[in-house]
Amino acid sequence: MTEIQEQLVDQEVPFDSGPHGFADKPFSTPAISAAPGPAAARPASGALAVGLPADPVHIDTARVCDTHAEVVAEKHIVEVDDFSLFYGKTQALHGVTMNIPLGKVTALIGPSGCGKSTLLRSFNRLNDLVDHVRLKGRIRFRGEAIHERNVDVIELRKRMGMVFQRSNPFPMSIFENVVYALRISGERNTSVLHEVAERSLRGAALWDEVKDRLHQSALSMSGGQQQRLCIARAIAADPEVLLMDEPCSALDPIATAKIEDLIYQLRGKYTVVIVTHNMQQAARCSDYTAFMYLGRLIEYGPTNNIFLNPHLKETEAYVTGRFG
Amino acid sequence: MYWLCVAAAVVILSLLALVVVYLVSIGWRSMNWAFFSQDPQPYGSDGYPGGMRNGLIGTMMLIALASVVGIPIGLLCGVYLSEYSAGSLIAAPVRFVADVLAGVPSIVVGILGYQLLVVPLGHFNGYAGALALAFIMIPIVARTTEEMLRLVPQSYREASIGLGATKARTVVSVVIPAATGSLITGVMLAIARVAGETAPLLFTALGSRLLTLNPKYPFPSLTKEVYDYATGPYAEQKREAWAGILVLIILIFVLNLMVRFSVRRWQGAK
Repeated sequence: MTEIQEQLVDQEVPFDSGPHGFADKPFSTPAISAAPGPAAARPASGALAVGLPADPVHIDTARVCDTHAEVVAEKHIVEVDDFSLFYGKTQALHGVTMNIPLGKVTALIGPSGCGKSTLLRSFNRLNDLVDHVRLKGRIRFRGEAIHERNVDVIELRKRMGMVFQRSNPFPMSIFENVVYALRISGERNTSVLHEVAERSLRGAALWDEVKDRLHQSALSMSGGQQQRLCIARAIAADPEVLLMDEPCSALDPIATAKIEDLIYQLRGKYTVVIVTHNMQQAARCSDYTAFMYLGRLIEYGPTNNIFLNPHLKETEAYVTGRFG
Repeated sequence: MYWLCVAAAVVILSLLALVVVYLVSIGWRSMNWAFFSQDPQPYGSDGYPGGMRNGLIGTMMLIALASVVGIPIGLLCGVYLSEYSAGSLIAAPVRFVADVLAGVPSIVVGILGYQLLVVPLGHFNGYAGALALAFIMIPIVARTTEEMLRLVPQSYREASIGLGATKARTVVSVVIPAATGSLITGVMLAIARVAGETAPLLFTALGSRLLTLNPKYPFPSLTKEVYDYATGPYAEQKREAWAGILVLIILIFVLNLMVRFSVRRWQGAK
């Protein structure tokens, strides 16, 4: 009991690791578990009350991953089937099996280096650009395997839009950025281009801010606007799936909030897969959350369940900030 | 140590000042409108010594012809080395050869041009001169193009590929436009370099005292005119040579200034 009380004291004084002897424990800064979110909806003693030992967390990654029944019941658009990926000799993904539900927002969370971005980039075959990549297993998009030789990669990438961690608008005007995807499809009709540009910019909540300066350089916008422009650019191609690789990690909180609202609005029409380090963000804007660690899928279920009621203690340890 | 560096800087600046002042003071006297509007006149005739109009026009034409051949090849080679050479076995040798060729003495290029382009045709011609200049331009343009394209962030390429563009489309629509300012800089540097070349032209275009626009025959150039006049026996010719040198220096100076301004403007736009 004294030990638990001492740990609570530690949470109140985040950086005091004095004589309590916690300096050797791999706790991340308690600020993570103290931040608002579903994790805070639980009693403060949370994981500690369950009686988890206060020793370094051990993840038994050889176990079969736990996928909640709700995910299995959903209609799927992307199916990952025992997928492994090797960068040269290093194995980045170990037999991941998961299905992305149609029309919902799925978040991939996990510590750095656990393979979330690698998995995301495999969905639209952006890993083809990297040398010495080997794959095993399959990923299916609407039932068809995407890593086959006869797959039209260009078409696949048009159906899976991607937004990157750092906004990367082309050094062209805002208008040209948004309609780039249409231009490469051969669309020349300017009225169609304008219409799609307006629709995409409205969809990205950017239209009102840029409607009278569409022909200015995209590089003249702020970081949050640039990222929303990248989202508009991805939407303009009319994809079925939106892949977002930590889209808000380089942005300030207000821009982040705008983009999270945007992601919330995009569900239904698009399927969104978002990789994020920020668990509160995953909690705020996703329907389903998948927790990955060291290239393996550990647990995958509805967001509320993952954060409030995880099945595995490893998941619980991560979402309460005990490691990572 | 500090004073040693200052002294070295002073030496360089004074050398430059010496050259410029000397050049300007002598060349200025011979610079008149006749220099730009007349062809060389023979000794003893009315308009002697005339001007170097044929040389000016000749150099401009040679540069234009050399650019038509050299710039596209150099640019495409640079694009290949930067974009398509990953995993290719010939990329490293090509890069090495380009570096070596960029340092080849230009007289070697001239003799090569003589053997390959003049001898088969039977007479000196301007096309051979232009091709010899292009030979010098290509490695310079290729290497600067490659370096400048490598500076374009990889995120642009990824974004374009992620939107479903082919690699060719990405290179043409995103990568090259992103580097346009610096590619132009590389091209202008190559032009400035070949504008002042004499040795390759000695054995290929030979030079001429007549104004001609037909490169099928011996072709005049400013550098060759300066060479002829400077080694000639007459004092007026030597003065004309100084004027020619001055014009050449001013031409290269202006080209380099344009390069700097375009770089600054490109960097400012970023």
